[in-house]
Amino acid sequence: MKKVTYREAIRAALRQAMRDDSRVFLMGEDVGRYGGAFAVSLGLLQELGPERIRDAPLSESTFLGAGIGAALGGMRPIVEIMTINFSLLALDQIVNNAATLRHMSGGQLSVPLVVRMASGGGRQMAAQHSHSLEGWYAHIPGIKVLTPASVADAAGMLIAALREPDPVFIFEHATLYPLEGEIEEKIAPADISKAAVCRAGKDITLISYSASLLKAHQAADQLAKDGIEAEVIDLRTLRPLDTATIVTSVAKTHRAVIVDEAWRTGSFAAEISAQIMEHAFDELDAPVSRVCSAEVPMPYAIHLETAALPQADTIVTAVRNLM
Amino acid sequence: MEASMSSAPKVEVIKQDQDREHALFLLREMLRIRRFEEKAAEVYTLGKIRGFLHLYIGEEAVAVGAIKALTADDRIVATYREHGQALARGISANSLMAEMYGKVTGCSHGHGGSMHFFDISRRFYGGYAIVGGGLPVAVGLALADKLQHNEKTITACFFGDGAAAEGEFYESLNLAALWKLPALFLCENNLYAMGTALDRTFAQTNICLKAQAQGIESESVDGMSVLAVEAATHRAAEAVRSTGRPFLLELHTYRFRAHSMADPDLYRTKKEIAEWQIRDPIKVFEQHLRERGLLTDADLASLESSIAHELDEAVQFADSSPWEPVEDLTKDVCTPEAGKL
Repeated sequence: MKKVTYREAIRAALRQAMRDDSRVFLMGEDVGRYGGAFAVSLGLLQELGPERIRDAPLSESTFLGAGIGAALGGMRPIVEIMTINFSLLALDQIVNNAATLRHMSGGQLSVPLVVRMASGGGRQMAAQHSHSLEGWYAHIPGIKVLTPASVADAAGMLIAALREPDPVFIFEHATLYPLEGEIEEKIAPADISKAAVCRAGKDITLISYSASLLKAHQAADQLAKDGIEAEVIDLRTLRPLDTATIVTSVAKTHRAVIVDEAWRTGSFAAEISAQIMEHAFDELDAPVSRVCSAEVPMPYAIHLETAALPQADTIVTAVRNLM
Repeated sequence: MEASMSSAPKVEVIKQDQDREHALFLLREMLRIRRFEEKAAEVYTLGKIRGFLHLYIGEEAVAVGAIKALTADDRIVATYREHGQALARGISANSLMAEMYGKVTGCSHGHGGSMHFFDISRRFYGGYAIVGGGLPVAVGLALADKLQHNEKTITACFFGDGAAAEGEFYESLNLAALWKLPALFLCENNLYAMGTALDRTFAQTNICLKAQAQGIESESVDGMSVLAVEAATHRAAEAVRSTGRPFLLELHTYRFRAHSMADPDLYRTKKEIAEWQIRDPIKVFEQHLRERGLLTDADLASLESSIAHELDEAVQFADSSPWEPVEDLTKDVCTPEAGKL
């Protein structure tokens, strides 16, 4: 085991993947000479060369579409989109091509494409650089959606994604890049089919993903002081969703709060809530509750941004209201 | 239209008797496409084909000439108006007709319909129905070939003049030129983006100049002449193969039918259509061959008869083919062997 940051873990996984498989390459904006906008690929250009670490023009739709084509042509491309906000410029290729080609071709094609991007708020980046749109992507059949919230998952999920025959989207919350943790010398593929119960409890289930998971843990710590034992679930993979882990936990605790950095209306939290209604309605002792972002374009000012995002305190309040 | 041509059309002729077989092949393929489209329109009116149906009538010389100049290893990306390309590439009329019927025997198992023909065994990577959406995919296929050192393979990407208004057109041309990718861009300029004439949406209607601005060599071609298209595509494809760099052909053509079966065709004059019909690629080529003693009435009757037989059989095949079981509705959304690549 070695101690690394979230960003270093992804870099280690990129390096390992490219050394293990000559078909793997990385392309995106500023991934090469700059070293990646979040320094994820720093140094890889020097190690692996410009054929494998490809600086792309500011043409998100086209380099994502080229990733689809390269995947169809026998390669294993990793496309880095600098932030989730810019991925909106590539939605045509994602929704109309990457997600559809297998089905639309009658099963003739597979698109083994991995797309990585930074997401989320909390860094005073204001309204155009703070989106949490993972739930939008999870709406689309034909792709997989991963949201690593730990250093181990940041590395292991990338290795796992490269083994998938269909498009995989990995959302790296930008506040997580400095997070510290441990990875193996040889990174094994993570199991991306399961959610994780990362804290056991009997009184309530806190369901979250990505950076909000850390806030759920903080809330659980606070609640523990008052004798409320919260179980914390990291969804890890939003599509396909591991409903069983959620239902099993709710059947034990009989209460659930979903913590989701996206806006409440039409959020992935709403999907989780519906899944609980469909599969565990009789187990509930209280309505399912959601802690989401306020319905506002992300403000720049620190006090407003803090108020807009889910926080440990708001999670604690939501839990108390259910007890 | 002529004013936008950056060079004089090259005159290509069939000169010798030994070319007769080749010429009859080109004629036969164009006729097959036209009769296929007429048959498709006929069964559409019977309600057997539904959804959108975009006919290729008038543009046959482009698909036939261009695809004849490609090799079996080359990859093809096309648009929603891709029946001609699919037939010219050798996908059977049976499987195409069945696809339009929505039958499981169709080339895309009935999942795609008229706009989404796929046949990977023929390196036909599909019909793309978001205008311009096939261009980045074609660039990526060319990138894959470059990275895998498949030096003899090129990717040919068909798209319409309307696509040249999309950002993906400029982005794709730039990326292909920047990364020196073996892509052949084939712009079928039929003068209309659906119902809007080119000069009503483009300040610069010369597509070759747009290619030039992206650093790509180009040539303007008479898309109503199958020989001109074949010769130009051959030159362009060889340029791509030998230099590894992209090339663009602007193929000037015209669709004689409306944009789709739903289009009342109110935006152009009968006179304009009639003027272009004088240049009908099939009639002009027939005349060309007759003048050289390479085609008789009997030859033509024989071609028509065998095509009619093929298409009757295609309709019968589509009619009698089974539907995909509803239980298989979501079978192809994800690849079953997940986690094993």
